[in-house]
Amino acid sequence: MTNSPERVSEDDVHHIAELARVTVDDEEVERYIEQMDKVLDRFESLDEVKVDEEREDQLENIVRPDVIDESLTQEEALGNAEETKDGYFKGPSTN
Amino acid sequence: MTDLNIYITKEEVQSDNKGLLDGEKVAVKDNLCLKDVQTTCGSKILEGYKPPYNATVVEKILSEGATITGKTNMDEFAMGTTTETSYYGATKNPVDTERVPGGSSGGSAAAVANGDVNLALGSDTGGSVRCPASFCGVYGLKPTYGLVSRYGLIAYANSLEQVGPIADSVEGIAKLLTVISGADENDHTTVETEATDYTQFCEDPQAYDVGVPSELIDNADEEVKEAFWSAMDKLESQGFSYEKIDMPSVEKAVEAYYVIAMSEASSNLARFDGVRYGHRSEDGDNWNENFSATRGEAFGDEVKKRIMLGTYATSEGYKDDYYDKAQSVRTQIRSEFSSKFNEYDLIVTPTMPVKPFKIGDSLDDPIKMYLADANTTPINLSNIPALSLPTRESDDLPVGMQMIAPSFSEPRLLRAASLAQDTLD
Repeated sequence: MTNSPERVSEDDVHHIAELARVTVDDEEVERYIEQMDKVLDRFESLDEVKVDEEREDQLENIVRPDVIDESLTQEEALGNAEETKDGYFKGPSTN
Repeated sequence: MTDLNIYITKEEVQSDNKGLLDGEKVAVKDNLCLKDVQTTCGSKILEGYKPPYNATVVEKILSEGATITGKTNMDEFAMGTTTETSYYGATKNPVDTERVPGGSSGGSAAAVANGDVNLALGSDTGGSVRCPASFCGVYGLKPTYGLVSRYGLIAYANSLEQVGPIADSVEGIAKLLTVISGADENDHTTVETEATDYTQFCEDPQAYDVGVPSELIDNADEEVKEAFWSAMDKLESQGFSYEKIDMPSVEKAVEAYYVIAMSEASSNLARFDGVRYGHRSEDGDNWNENFSATRGEAFGDEVKKRIMLGTYATSEGYKDDYYDKAQSVRTQIRSEFSSKFNEYDLIVTPTMPVKPFKIGDSLDDPIKMYLADANTTPINLSNIPALSLPTRESDDLPVGMQMIAPSFSEPRLLRAASLAQDTLD
């Protein structure tokens, strides 16, 4: 039996997986949890870091004029979809 | 002849154009979109996906006359240091087929090391061009962030990654960089720079004053240290001078890198829902269930773990602990490099603190793998360029030397590497 993790429980992992929309089964949770715990343990070394109040950002936001330009054709855009209908992507039902 | 599993898709795409790459064959990493040819990112979730467009760098190499030989194997979504997390199997290192070629651009580096091509494109988020270049005994450059367009590079961590050239010579690196660099309207993180012929710097080899951070050499494997210092001594005889220096901020680089990369990845990979492209599950009656099943079925273990850790690190209550602190570390590392570059022309380290792992050895111990990125991640965090060159000082397995320069100082790197190439070959 592996050591029980200190930082994340199995319930936590299931909850995070739900937030991330990634299904994980019980076997996967068992496999991942110890490794994830070790990684979070290492991340704790960041605890001693002081957060700068003013962080310098080197990048400026750049925008272009809102002018229609060439883009993909509808056919190209739909080309890789598994299900389409009348020029739309067809997704699963919303509820 | 063992199949090295270099390519995911072997398909030649020729160009009618003539230019700088006329007659050259180039292998392209499978996270760069090549129009109408399968592009998978080493994942099941994009199996069969054929992009309707070319990445900017792909468009550029084709317009200069290159022949693309195919799409090379990689760690799934570029998450890895060994190319073992690929859904399509591991790639073998041509130098020793029981060992990994490095990652995540392992296929591209192996294609060059194996002599299939002289030139290849990879991508580097935390070392993914430099690590395989080091492990395979070839040259690899991570350009300054913003020098090369990421349009068409399927994103893993977009504040960290750059497309980079891999080649069997410094001249090859310079030629490929000349073609792929330049501002792009489709990627507003690219920077306006003057169009530059980088090959000219290969004709101007120069020696420089170098700082070697103790944090990035003292804990390296003995054989790596021996090969590195032996190479440094040879460079010293050619006019380089070196000193050991302290750079304490880099000790948190790996943690800061993984927090930032995993956080960005959890957002960037949210687009894979099976609706517009890629694998779609048959399970799940509604939107959430179907998305979750699609992603659960078709993402591999390492990708799932990183998405979950990234989700956790940016969630309410934890963002302050992890993400904000990681960004502060990033600023500290960047400043420390800046200040060292006031005293030294280049900072030089072994590219990897370890020699190439045996295939299968590193997968059970993710921390061991993450720590192998200790020398490469500080560079991505600082947005500066670095070039890995083979030292040829190790009897059996390749050991790479990493030269690091200030932003947009690729000319300096090429001058230094040219002198090193002449000296160490």
